[in-house]
Amino acid sequence: MARRALTLPILKRLSGSPATARLLRPTQPARTVTYMPRPGDGAPRAVTLIPGDGIGPLVTNAVEQVMSAMHAPVYFESYEVHGDLKRVPEEVIESIRKNKVCLKGGLRTPVGGGVSSLNVQLRKELDLYASLVNCFNLPGLPTRHEGVDIVVIRENTEGEYSGLEHEVVPGVVESLKVITKFCSERIAKYAFEYAYLNNRKKVTAVHKANIMKLADGLFLESCREVATKYPSIKYNEIIVDNCCMQLVSKPEQFDVMVTPNLYGNLVANTAAGIAGGTGVMPGGNVGADTAVFEQGASAGNVGNEKIVEQKKANPVALLLSSAMMLRHLQFPSFADRLETAVKRVISEGKVRTKDLGGYSTTQEVVDAVIANLD
Amino acid sequence: MITPRVFGSVARQALRQTVPRSQFVLPFQRTYATVVEDKVAAFKGQKNSNGKYLVSLIEGDGIGPEISQSVKDIYKAASVPIDWEPIDVTPILKDGRTAIPDAAIESIQKNFIALKGPLATPVGKGHVSLNLTLRRTFNLFANVRPCKSIAGYKTPYDDVNTVLIRENTEGEYSGIEHVVVDGVVQSIKLITREASERVLRYAFQYAQDTGKTKVRVVHKATIMKMSDGLFLSTARDVAKDFPDIEFDAELLDNACLKITTDPAPYADKLLVMPNLYGDILSDMCAGLIGGLGLTPSGNIGDECSIFEAVHGSAPDIAGKGLANPTALLLSSIMMLRHMGLNEHATKIETAIFKTLADGKALTGDLGGKAKTHEYAQAIIDNLQ
Repeated sequence: MARRALTLPILKRLSGSPATARLLRPTQPARTVTYMPRPGDGAPRAVTLIPGDGIGPLVTNAVEQVMSAMHAPVYFESYEVHGDLKRVPEEVIESIRKNKVCLKGGLRTPVGGGVSSLNVQLRKELDLYASLVNCFNLPGLPTRHEGVDIVVIRENTEGEYSGLEHEVVPGVVESLKVITKFCSERIAKYAFEYAYLNNRKKVTAVHKANIMKLADGLFLESCREVATKYPSIKYNEIIVDNCCMQLVSKPEQFDVMVTPNLYGNLVANTAAGIAGGTGVMPGGNVGADTAVFEQGASAGNVGNEKIVEQKKANPVALLLSSAMMLRHLQFPSFADRLETAVKRVISEGKVRTKDLGGYSTTQEVVDAVIANLD
Repeated sequence: MITPRVFGSVARQALRQTVPRSQFVLPFQRTYATVVEDKVAAFKGQKNSNGKYLVSLIEGDGIGPEISQSVKDIYKAASVPIDWEPIDVTPILKDGRTAIPDAAIESIQKNFIALKGPLATPVGKGHVSLNLTLRRTFNLFANVRPCKSIAGYKTPYDDVNTVLIRENTEGEYSGIEHVVVDGVVQSIKLITREASERVLRYAFQYAQDTGKTKVRVVHKATIMKMSDGLFLSTARDVAKDFPDIEFDAELLDNACLKITTDPAPYADKLLVMPNLYGDILSDMCAGLIGGLGLTPSGNIGDECSIFEAVHGSAPDIAGKGLANPTALLLSSIMMLRHMGLNEHATKIETAIFKTLADGKALTGDLGGKAKTHEYAQAIIDNLQ
């Protein structure tokens, strides 16, 4: 709260928009102390932008437009990266390391062959160990289930995605799943800390320790240890197959979920499926000091040719992700404005893309969001 | 262990080229499985002198005996040509390993087929789950899990009609794990061309037999390029032998998303996948239609096949007449189709669905008040 108050004068000057000032004034608490802002506080922040493949450029462009329309104090350093590259260019990695924040569209992943997914590479290179997807019902968007508000926190660096595979003899392949105490503890801590800071009540660990007794057993053991340090947060465990079954029948029982790599991928997509689809779920990948914001579930999905051609990709997920980014950059009021505008457009229901049952193009959604900005 | 199977599949392939395949198979009608030699996992049982097939029956623990009784009653009323041979699979320790009594193994090997109620897995170390032991003993390589929306039981999804086949012997369930150094564990997922080919061939065959026009492999070959890549490339090869079936592939996460968003487009497809993915997706599909109490399951092996209810043994309501026998009944219907007894299967199945749709004699789990035997009686009354 203190930080927010102290950045406000500068923000106001930067944005220069009377609308912002009007919105901000009532929330500004009356304080008896005048704070002196730190030099550079509230100054525009550089964000690395990777438009990516397929629908990526469409949706990242949508974010750029909305950001500039609301005079958000961020500017983008854009880099062309495509899924067919062997690896992520060094300059891109450096830019993200420097800026600490990145906004990213999906990168196409080739099936089979020797090239590894750039989405995965980027996570490993920057050690973005936690993937976060927020799945919730948007007001005004009817789905099969009500009362969904789930945060899936997924370990992002090891497990089934270790990339260690070999052919023992022709026709016999072994693929290694690696689980370490270090990474399991790290993700468990992140999950509980997230739950604590966001006033969540329960953390559920997803596993298959009845079959993978050692690997998933180690993951569970780490979660249990961390759980003891957060007595105010309820902790329980669920087997992954049962978890997916419960998700499609009683999703309201889940709050924060913490999972090893592959299960998280499934759980996040299932949770997104029951609450409105990947087109509206925000998320990102977080490391110790960098954060990459992208579409929450199916971040590697680049859509099909038809959607790209007709320019009808749904920008809502990335818009909500960039609201998360603004909050991460300590610009909470901009985040609120953006979120409110997006939610308003969804609940009015006039402008929606095809995946939400409408006919609108990406640009129409962008225009509607801009029109709804306070 | 590996060699005989290799020869088996070579022999099957050789036969496949000589025996012409019936191109026009009606939905839910099998060609005579006992005659067509080239089929994977064809039923080999023969009628006995009374004109009946002998089927091994594992009643199971907890509610097992009650729901098995319902199946027996209904089959008697429908005059299905089956005699039951009850067997006991209470595990014994043989050379320090969990094993099934020899008598039980002999019975299933003799009859080639078994129906199984829920078994309670003994708690404690050293006990491998009995289900796993059965799978290993009889080399049950494919798990078939159809899920169909049931009129009369409302869920958020009312247009589910999925069939899922899961590879059941290897993959993530290889059981090979080790601690590399303290705090670092490796778990090995094993994929072989041979096991993949066998389950894929069975999947295509099952699609043909049940009137599905498309087979879809669910995989994660973007990440596990070699292992899932092998499964996928094997599938492409097998698909060439089935030109009348459309073949495609989908990423696992995408499948999760699409099925939960709208299961209707999956009605004409058969999904086939490696072990873990199948485990998760099959339970998820069961969740779509109302849980494990309503979904049948079949475990298919080269020689023997076991059809089972996949729900738990529910010791808390055992013996009270509250159990719902639907899952076991529907599994037994799959069994009848596997045996080629299609008419009986359809007759009983119709009666089950009619009873559920009427909603007058439902068990407690479906919101009714009927006892197990009353529900069974209602099905018998609906038999025509």
